[in-house]
Amino acid sequence: MPVPVPKTYKLFVGGKFPRSESGRSFQPNGNPAINVARSSRKDLRDAVVAARAGLAAWSGSSAYLRGQILYRLAEMLESRRDAMQQELVCGGATKAAAKKELDLAIALCTWYAGLCDKVQSLLGSQNAVQGPFFNFSTVEPTGVIGVLAPESPALVGTLALLLPLLAGGNSVIVLVSETAPFAGLALGEVCASSDVPAGAVNLLSGLRQELAGQFAAHRDLDGLLVAGRPDAVLTTAAADNCKRVRYCDLSAAEWRTAARLRSLAFVEPFVELKTLWHPVAQ
Amino acid sequence: MASSLSPVEFRVPPVDAVALETRVADLSTRSIKKAAKVQGLKLAIQMMDLTTLEGMDSPGKVRQLCQKARQPLPSRSDIPACAAVCVYPDLVGLAVEALRGSSVQVASVATGFPSGRTDRVTKLREVQLAVAAGASEIDMVIDRGAFLAGRYGAVYDEICAVKEACGAAHLKVILETGELKTYDNIRRACRIALLAGGDFVKTSTGKVSPASTLPVVLLLLEAVRDHFLETGRMVGVKAAGGIRTGKDALRYLVLVAETCGDRWLSPQWFRFGASSLLNDVLMQLEKERTGRYQRPTDFSAD
Repeated sequence: MPVPVPKTYKLFVGGKFPRSESGRSFQPNGNPAINVARSSRKDLRDAVVAARAGLAAWSGSSAYLRGQILYRLAEMLESRRDAMQQELVCGGATKAAAKKELDLAIALCTWYAGLCDKVQSLLGSQNAVQGPFFNFSTVEPTGVIGVLAPESPALVGTLALLLPLLAGGNSVIVLVSETAPFAGLALGEVCASSDVPAGAVNLLSGLRQELAGQFAAHRDLDGLLVAGRPDAVLTTAAADNCKRVRYCDLSAAEWRTAARLRSLAFVEPFVELKTLWHPVAQ
Repeated sequence: MASSLSPVEFRVPPVDAVALETRVADLSTRSIKKAAKVQGLKLAIQMMDLTTLEGMDSPGKVRQLCQKARQPLPSRSDIPACAAVCVYPDLVGLAVEALRGSSVQVASVATGFPSGRTDRVTKLREVQLAVAAGASEIDMVIDRGAFLAGRYGAVYDEICAVKEACGAAHLKVILETGELKTYDNIRRACRIALLAGGDFVKTSTGKVSPASTLPVVLLLLEAVRDHFLETGRMVGVKAAGGIRTGKDALRYLVLVAETCGDRWLSPQWFRFGASSLLNDVLMQLEKERTGRYQRPTDFSAD
């Protein structure tokens, strides 16, 4: 008789799968059979160090390669359909809803994979200036971005915020859904087998109430993308260190609509424009 | 030149590697928080030899480093100055000038640093020039070639000669433990340095990996303590190379306190040789003060 091996859900930080440094875990929705690592502020600190270290590899790779790697994410999701569906069901979705969500997740991956090498052309420009100069505005990533993912949908909610940031060349730390962290954390296994450089994607699980303020106050996070209504406390804490904060307040229906989630408008807030002047050759 | 000491003097009991590493692992788990952490980190700054030993060192970089050593964080007056600035001999004069009127000492490496592969005359002349330029501390490297070939007497004689050339300047003897390979070798090299009159034993040049490690420093601290119990002479220990975080520094301080006692917890008897450590310590101190994790780029590079 085979021995059942239940999964302990761990974090994904710097390409590794550590437990929380605090040793804590929690049971989402009070289910005593499932233990999930409960991150502390020190796990966030470690994740920021990993993301900072991973930024050069991710932002330094060509946009074409980034697109290839995001496409590989779609491939890995496709080949892990059964497992992923199980994670979604574990988080409370019905089988049919889980299948639908997975379809949308894979579609989002391929769409943002295709967008990667177009970001430069869509957001950058060649500007007309007076004088014998070429003048270009080029797109650069903002840096290390924190994401507070929505409670649901567990997988699509995480990917819809994560993928545009990756397409822009940022490295990302996501706090996944608190009530259904399973699919979000399982994304770590997908990233680890998709050539995503260590540190470019980091996934934390834990209590949003405990960690949101830490995300906002950390001085070495360049930006914060929050699913939900604008929160004055977070905005104020982030303002103290000049961190850019964006809120993504979508309805339940919008979170499930491909057309709403596939947009350059998700990439644009977390890239910078660098303008270069170059003399016209005589 | 025949050694003035009998080879018997250089014999040391073998090191119990398992016990040494277990002791280090045990002491490394000690948790130091809040006020004690702040005090430890400030002490680490006071013990720091801020070091730049690159072929590309420029006068500008050394001047900036000196300024950083005097005032590690200009916005905070409660942050102490470093112990010393450590440079190559040709930049000693400049560092002395830049540090005039401060408590920060100037240390110079010498004797063909980092390899030590040059003749005795050149080594001694280098030491004399560095002292003449104003260095108050000399970091010499031992002749690892001679040591590994078993010519312990030659190593001893050379340290004695350099000590003499130092005059009033303090002599730190770099063992380059990464090249000595075994704990037994390190213990023997340390004994030679202690017998020859070194004021400090120092782990590494920072050019060889592994550089300073906790077990090696514990070994040196034990040797220094035993030497004190035997002769009544206090000798310092300098851990150099590979120490990058405030957490590491605190682990070293625990080793010092537990092995040699509080007397050694002073810049006079324990030093860190480091360049990037200072900024991490400053970051941790600011974290303790403000409660927020800091951004590395908010702290000046030199």
